[in-house]
Amino acid sequence: MTNEDLQNIITGLGTDLEFTTEGSEFLNVIVPKEQLHSICSQLKSHPELKFDYAFCITGMDWVPALGVIYHLESTELRHEIVLKVMVEDRENPVLDSVHDIWQTADFHELEIFDFFGIKFNNHPKLRRLFLTPEWEGFPLRKDYVDEANMIIK
Amino acid sequence: MTDQQLKNKIKTEEYFINMGPQHPAAHGVLRLILTIDGEIIKNVEPDLGYIHRSIEKMCERDSYQQIVHLTDRMDYLSSHINNVAVCLAVEKGLEIEVSDRVKVIRTIIDELTRIASHCLWWGVMGMDLGALTSYFYAFRDREMINDIFEETCGARLTMNYNVPGGLMFDIHPNFVKRTKDFIAEFKTKIPEYNLLLTDNVIFHKRTKGVGILTREDAISFGVSGPTARGSGFSSDVRKHHPYNAYDRVDFKEILFTEGDTFARYQVRMMELWESISIIEQLIDNIPEGETKAATKAVIKLPKGEFYQRVETARGELGVYINSTGNKNPYRVKFRSPGFSNLSVLNHISKDVKIADLVATMASFDFVIPDIDR
Repeated sequence: MTNEDLQNIITGLGTDLEFTTEGSEFLNVIVPKEQLHSICSQLKSHPELKFDYAFCITGMDWVPALGVIYHLESTELRHEIVLKVMVEDRENPVLDSVHDIWQTADFHELEIFDFFGIKFNNHPKLRRLFLTPEWEGFPLRKDYVDEANMIIK
Repeated sequence: MTDQQLKNKIKTEEYFINMGPQHPAAHGVLRLILTIDGEIIKNVEPDLGYIHRSIEKMCERDSYQQIVHLTDRMDYLSSHINNVAVCLAVEKGLEIEVSDRVKVIRTIIDELTRIASHCLWWGVMGMDLGALTSYFYAFRDREMINDIFEETCGARLTMNYNVPGGLMFDIHPNFVKRTKDFIAEFKTKIPEYNLLLTDNVIFHKRTKGVGILTREDAISFGVSGPTARGSGFSSDVRKHHPYNAYDRVDFKEILFTEGDTFARYQVRMMELWESISIIEQLIDNIPEGETKAATKAVIKLPKGEFYQRVETARGELGVYINSTGNKNPYRVKFRSPGFSNLSVLNHISKDVKIADLVATMASFDFVIPDIDR
């Protein structure tokens, strides 16, 4: 399915969605965070979309907003899109978990929590996965400072 | 007394044990927190980070040429394939089309890497199940590939043979002959492997019907590579999103539908033959051409996002580069196959014995630095 066809279908799934293909090989859909879960579940269940394979879930720090990028593919129809969601609050960023839609999100959300500090509603067990429980700060944020262990040029 | 009554009477308390971080069956520093009832596993919780080096953060500091060298420290058994993935992503950003010669050489070395990796996996899979001989057989044969790499790339494990735009230097004059010699010899070795393990009745009993992963779960958990193909999930990036010279070679995607440990084993064994076939199709027809396209000393990618998917020996590796136009990337993400494959382990290991968990893990072929990055 072409990007235009995908855009036409996805437009009807929510409100205030932004579409762009600038600087990317995929169709990028920017989703308001309140609608994330409902749009994701429709993307998977819609008979013409069937995005059942989340092949990459990336945490992101677009200073000042934090966010998550979902790379999705349909294993049956073989089309791909990129979903982006942003959260402005750096002190207490919260998004909805999508682990009940794509179970791979369980671990990827743990990784994002560990490195970016984004909390996920309804996640089964949000915890530090790589770092120790007492670790302070979130290392992949752009404003993270650790003078002892980081060499900054 | 019926079995159930007996079970109720001699009820044991659930407790937890640490499997790892120094466990020989984990092949690295992987710690699994097992909740067990007697010898029956109730829950598997991986605890990661023992070899985490934050390669993604280091990438934000380094230039694009330097990033390539970090990636073969992730999945060190697919080091060449990891290097190619980053180079392809950077080339995508620079809109460079590498020459046919580079594409073919990259494909041949990719497949040699895959054979070497599957060899090592086969050896340690036997070892995990108590058959030490396979380990020596596999390491003997893998050595020949490492010798070829040493001669052409200068290194045996972390090859660093690729640079954005092509290859660091041309192949060694002996490369074609030695690769052909290796293929001829290795073809006589696979039947030995089959005699030793594949047709072994004890091996069948340890692996058939153990650790069953359904196709739906494989897709939902983002499982990829031979592990997914053992469950019938057609996930081969080489087929669906061809890169290098994979669009001009003829090979089958091996699919099994049983989803058990033995199916995953068979996928890898048959992939050895497919890799051999790919190399044979290319080795006599390496086209002439330049080995490196001209790139600037300081590579700056245009503003935008670049994503490259490749098939490593373990599954799908994704390289995501977000560039703001500087000489360093703004953000790099490696979607490693091991991390997603590990996430399904708890789901398929409920109510099995600890020894079966070891067999399942062996068939998943984990490389821990690939999970931790």
